[in-house]
Amino acid sequence: MPDSLNPTAVPTTPALGQPVRFRGGGFTVKRHPWAALAAFAVLIAVWEGASRLGLASPLFLPPPSAVGLALAGMVSDGSLWLNLKASLARIAVGWVLGTAGGMLVGFAMGIFSTARAVGVPLVSAFFPIPKIALLPLFILWFGIGEPSKFATIGFGVFFPTVIATYSAIDQVPRNLIRMAQSFGLPWRSILRSIVLPGALPGILAGFRITASIALILVVAAEMIGAEYGIGAFVLMAGNLMQTDTLLAGVLVLSLLGLAIGTVLSQLERRLLNWR
Amino acid sequence: MRLLVSDLTHRYDDLTVLDGIDLTLAEGEILAVIGPSGCGKSTLLGIAGGIVAPTSGSIRVEGEVPDGCLNPITFIFQDFALLPWRNVEDNIALVLEHHPLSTAERRERIDDGLRRMGLSEFRKALPKQLSGGMRQRVGIARALAVRPAMLLLDEPLSALDAQTRELLMDDFLDLWRREKTTALYVTHNLDEALRLADRVCVLSRRPGRIRELVTIDEPRERRQEPSAQAHLAEVRDRLWHLMKAEAQMADREIARA
Repeated sequence: MPDSLNPTAVPTTPALGQPVRFRGGGFTVKRHPWAALAAFAVLIAVWEGASRLGLASPLFLPPPSAVGLALAGMVSDGSLWLNLKASLARIAVGWVLGTAGGMLVGFAMGIFSTARAVGVPLVSAFFPIPKIALLPLFILWFGIGEPSKFATIGFGVFFPTVIATYSAIDQVPRNLIRMAQSFGLPWRSILRSIVLPGALPGILAGFRITASIALILVVAAEMIGAEYGIGAFVLMAGNLMQTDTLLAGVLVLSLLGLAIGTVLSQLERRLLNWR
Repeated sequence: MRLLVSDLTHRYDDLTVLDGIDLTLAEGEILAVIGPSGCGKSTLLGIAGGIVAPTSGSIRVEGEVPDGCLNPITFIFQDFALLPWRNVEDNIALVLEHHPLSTAERRERIDDGLRRMGLSEFRKALPKQLSGGMRQRVGIARALAVRPAMLLLDEPLSALDAQTRELLMDDFLDLWRREKTTALYVTHNLDEALRLADRVCVLSRRPGRIRELVTIDEPRERRQEPSAQAHLAEVRDRLWHLMKAEAQMADREIARA
């Protein structure tokens, strides 16, 4: 660069030259391990402080300490486990039913052109329905008890699983299938050894979505008609104006979602270690 | 095993990629197919291997297959086509799984391929842990495990850097010194053709027709020697002359399309 273009350049002897100024900084992600913890601490401290100083009514926004006490109360009187157990059972049964059915149909649609031709319009038509709107119908069909809740969750999980599964099969590299064909692998082996493991990343990504759908639907269904369950518990607390207990229930839901996410991450790490 | 291609034509919709190809591969012959991009080289290979259905014409093989041959016509791919979720030995095992072999023979075939490709210490490694050259060696070991009678190589070295390419060419020479496996070797690299092939088939730009079949008279083992260089340079000039015009025109046609 000619010096005349760079007014800040210090004239130097040609032999030594000019040091090259570093200009590559920024735009890289650095790890700040304590930042998240600090943010939580600040949020809770501000909230607690606001409540103590009378800036927020303890009835409408109870302080974190009260929520913690309510949670401790739920643990000690056994209501936490009672309600959590009910919700978990509904999620488990509904999710497993919806996932099994969805994967079966998704695989059929991924592999057979006819199944896809029939399935895509049907899935497109049913997928956008907010599934909770069907709960009243399911209650008429199956009664107010557990089956109507399983059906709502299962139905809600089914369609996203179908879509995730057949899209995942489309993502399986065609070159691997052709390789297997060129070595004369039979159809069933190709399915088992290539299509299934190749589709696994997409299917597991679908699990993440369906797990959160199941959590939403279980709470909604329990609010409409259930004796036990975190959803019913939160609704009951709201009706009784026990906002600390209400928020303790919400906290349990948040932790539940977090736990499910962690389990899925572990599953992905273990099954997809080849990526 | 011999390969007989007669009057082969292939179209994708209304795009003719191969037009009236007549070609014969002799037993144990290595034929390199070169030509500009999009001239149908890979399609020709796909048809020869029975994974692309030709529009018209016939493709036949005849002759003996080696002992223990499980898959007479076997591919080696440009992108290696390894299953990323299987380790090296399981990738090789994949192509043996549907054959009724004893456990001992299965082991022997896998171990033999690994040993010959220098992969024995990488048998438990996943493809992502291997270099490109090592991945292609897995591809070669997998092909050897089925004891092929004919190899179809689809630009096997194109995804590799120049040094690795040299090393793998040596591996191929070694392979063909030991087994007289007939091979169709598709490439766009003249050096590979000159090092490895008995004959070179130059395809024209699309629609691919055979421009010329050039025989390399120098035996493969002697091609690195100084005495061979004059002849090889001559062949190289001729091939490049044939290819250059086609490649230039193909280039312009692609730019216009």
